[in-house]
Amino acid sequence: MTHDEIQAKVAEVLEAALGCDEDEIVADASLTADLGAESIDFLDIVFQLEKTFSTPDAPFKIDQGELFPEGILDNADWVKDGSLTDTGLAMLTERMPHVNFEGFDGSVSKVGDLITVAALVNFVEIKLNATAA
Amino acid sequence: MRWMWIDRIVEHEPGVRLVAVKNVSLAEEHLHDHFPGNPIMPAALIIEGVAQTSGIMVGAINNFKEKVLLAKVAKVELDRDAQPGDTLRYTATLDRIDDAGASTMAQVHLRNNEDGDDWQLIGEVDLLFSHADQNMSGLDLPEENFVFGDNFREILSASGLRPETV
Repeated sequence: MTHDEIQAKVAEVLEAALGCDEDEIVADASLTADLGAESIDFLDIVFQLEKTFSTPDAPFKIDQGELFPEGILDNADWVKDGSLTDTGLAMLTERMPHVNFEGFDGSVSKVGDLITVAALVNFVEIKLNATAA
Repeated sequence: MRWMWIDRIVEHEPGVRLVAVKNVSLAEEHLHDHFPGNPIMPAALIIEGVAQTSGIMVGAINNFKEKVLLAKVAKVELDRDAQPGDTLRYTATLDRIDDAGASTMAQVHLRNNEDGDDWQLIGEVDLLFSHADQNMSGLDLPEENFVFGDNFREILSASGLRPETV
């Protein structure tokens, strides 16, 4: 599947899950900050991505915490005074290869905004390529 | 008042589908206000009935150990009003389920119980449920399963479903 095909399908999923307009779904739009996604919407999006990209031969299964690591705030090694520590940032960068961290100031309150439309497309593309390899 | 918006579970294929019926009755107080002289079952309560039908189906998969909470009404289409004397049938099917929650799809059929009347498809309701203990986000939820409590005990027992947690 080409990058453009993935992008188009991800946009369809976001339109259905978030009820947003096609023209709002641009690459750098943050799902939470710009498109109004709440936590439960991520479950909806995950389910719809699984359905959209699964084939009879290759199920597309997204594990909990795969798109977005869980329990970050509870870990004192990762978070200090409302910001990610160097260890925390290294962990996040390693576990979220689909995300562009450029311009991210390490503030915990902005971690949720890191999932953009482009990050979601990257996520799907990386997973599909890993399955195909 | 018991917050039950289904009367009986009539079919259950575990993990696949669950069918429940609701008889709309003029004895229901709210119908006299909704609307005076023109009693119509509120659509919100049809959605609640579908949520109970779908939620029981989801809960039964893990033997009612998970707190299955309605988290999102993804789609509702209802094309016709239900009135006293009508019977509604909610057919819930499982779309997806994982540790975090489940998505369901349901069809709503109506029979007005007049001679020769058959079930008529009047709508569809897609829902998303959260397994609350897996998505607490810092919330401190009680240990007991308050979702499948007393309200559900009779209808579950009557349909042969016996949750361990109630």
